[in-house]
Amino acid sequence: MRHLIPEFEKMKERYPAGFESSLVLPCLRRVQEDRGFVSDDDIVALCEYLGVPRIQVEEVLSYYTMLLRKPLGKVHLQACRNIACSMRGAEGVIEHLCKRLGVKPGETTPDGTFTVSTVECLGSCGTAPVVMVNEAYHENVTLAQLDRLIEAVVEERAVVNGVEERAGVVEERAVDKGI
Amino acid sequence: MPGRQLIMNFEVTPTSHTLEAYKARGGYETLAKALKMAPADITKEVTASGLLGHGGAAFPVGRKWGVMKPNPGEIHYLCANADEGEPGTFKDRWILEHAPHLLVESMLITSYALGVRHAFVYIRGEFDLPWRRIQAGIDDAYAAGYLGKPVFGSDFTLDIVVYRGAGSYVCGEASGLITSIEGRKPYPRNRPPRLTVRGLFQKPTVINNVESLANITGIIRMGAEEFRKVGTAKSPGTQLISISGHIAKPGVYEVEYGYPWAKFLDEDCGGVLHGAKLKCVVPGGISTKVLTRAEIEPLNLSHESVNPAGSGLGSGGMIVIAEGTCMVRLLQVLLRFYHHESCGQCTPCREGMGWMHRIIDRIVEGKGVPEDIERLYAISHANDGTTICGMGDAAGFATVGILNKYRDEFEYWIANGRSKMDGRLECLA
Repeated sequence: MRHLIPEFEKMKERYPAGFESSLVLPCLRRVQEDRGFVSDDDIVALCEYLGVPRIQVEEVLSYYTMLLRKPLGKVHLQACRNIACSMRGAEGVIEHLCKRLGVKPGETTPDGTFTVSTVECLGSCGTAPVVMVNEAYHENVTLAQLDRLIEAVVEERAVVNGVEERAGVVEERAVDKGI
Repeated sequence: MPGRQLIMNFEVTPTSHTLEAYKARGGYETLAKALKMAPADITKEVTASGLLGHGGAAFPVGRKWGVMKPNPGEIHYLCANADEGEPGTFKDRWILEHAPHLLVESMLITSYALGVRHAFVYIRGEFDLPWRRIQAGIDDAYAAGYLGKPVFGSDFTLDIVVYRGAGSYVCGEASGLITSIEGRKPYPRNRPPRLTVRGLFQKPTVINNVESLANITGIIRMGAEEFRKVGTAKSPGTQLISISGHIAKPGVYEVEYGYPWAKFLDEDCGGVLHGAKLKCVVPGGISTKVLTRAEIEPLNLSHESVNPAGSGLGSGGMIVIAEGTCMVRLLQVLLRFYHHESCGQCTPCREGMGWMHRIIDRIVEGKGVPEDIERLYAISHANDGTTICGMGDAAGFATVGILNKYRDEFEYWIANGRSKMDGRLECLA
């Protein structure tokens, strides 16, 4: 974690004085982005850096669903199962993903490539069903699109909303689409 | 479009969210006008506009601001609540993605009115594109000199920090939200003291929903009197309604208050999916009570029309449910959600949500007993008003709303061990 401290210092400048405690969440998110999860060493280093009690960091880590103590698969498929998505086929989506990858919700494939999770409302009910693939929302998602995505990951290509792209340009595309 | 537009009043293009496009639409001109007004006059104008909060409770924005006493030299904070998580609601996302500068300009005006120097946008952790858009908007506003230094020759400066959540429904509750910004788990707080008296780090803090704030620029630009000409006398202005479920044209619609409800569904939204019949509607997020087709027929989309029918427009998250949908399974999805999201601080909610979830699971497994229905009622009532935040009450409202109207479906499942419908949540063609 310590190599991120210069970045944290920059982040701190944007906050009013005395807001060190507020940095717990953004720092943990950044650590996780870096490592894929938050380790015991990260907790110790962060407490020391921010001057907050360890229990505060532990509480935050155990409470928020997006913060992880263990690594997940390279591709995290989070299928929404809340009301609007369920009404538009989410149960079939979850069943299909689990069957296709041979896992139960919350599990990772043995090769460490895919993790399937079920999540509550992602705030994308008008374009249900929705599956979050790492950071990106895949909306109005179909089983065929998910199959293509899984195949593309296996073949190391990238797919956004069913459109295949070269790896590396996916992020820009999601922003430029003007959606 | 259902009535006049105040927020979605421009054509969405791949660049319409940029600073350049916003300025071409007259962006940041209202800020210049506001800075020539006395701060107290802005609050007066907003109070006179009758603007109601769009987070779900419809609390008058002016009244909330009125509690804040902007004493010079004292620290005050403003937070825009962009932790949109009420199932069925996705309208703040539209503003963040398509009109980020409208939010920034409105936050500048609001901060000037309330003596705020530091403001926050608390955005839910899962939102990626909305976060990129609002962060880029704020970065551009810094580069253009609207943020971070004295603006338009005044001595007013504002800093805005975007704070990203990490996955929690309770963070959308105002006091949970500020506890989260303090870097802790979002346990809601008892009031009094109000957050406008003791909020973020014990300093007076105003927390407004994104859509409520987005209206401020328009109100100051056109004046309260003009604003009140839109909508109805008791519900001035418009509401963004995000509609989903079994509807032909889901999406976000800006609806002028007073617009006929049935017309909105049948004409603007293209009617029920696959031409099916309407069973019922969740009006404004799942915590509002469902209304049947017959109940909504005479109503219009305004608080004074919907509230007496025993429900509310809430957060504008409207979910359309077609004939044939199993209400037992639907309630199961809702109770699983509430159980998952209970923060665990208050006993009635922590225990009650899990208990209700276990009961509904048992019913769906065919192991329900006739007393289960009364038990669901009893737990719902036990939650009512006994928890620090409104989540316990909300789960109760939703449960009682469905049980009252579709009790027969629950009795059937308990008696026969299977759904009275065919256990479906989807609407088939």
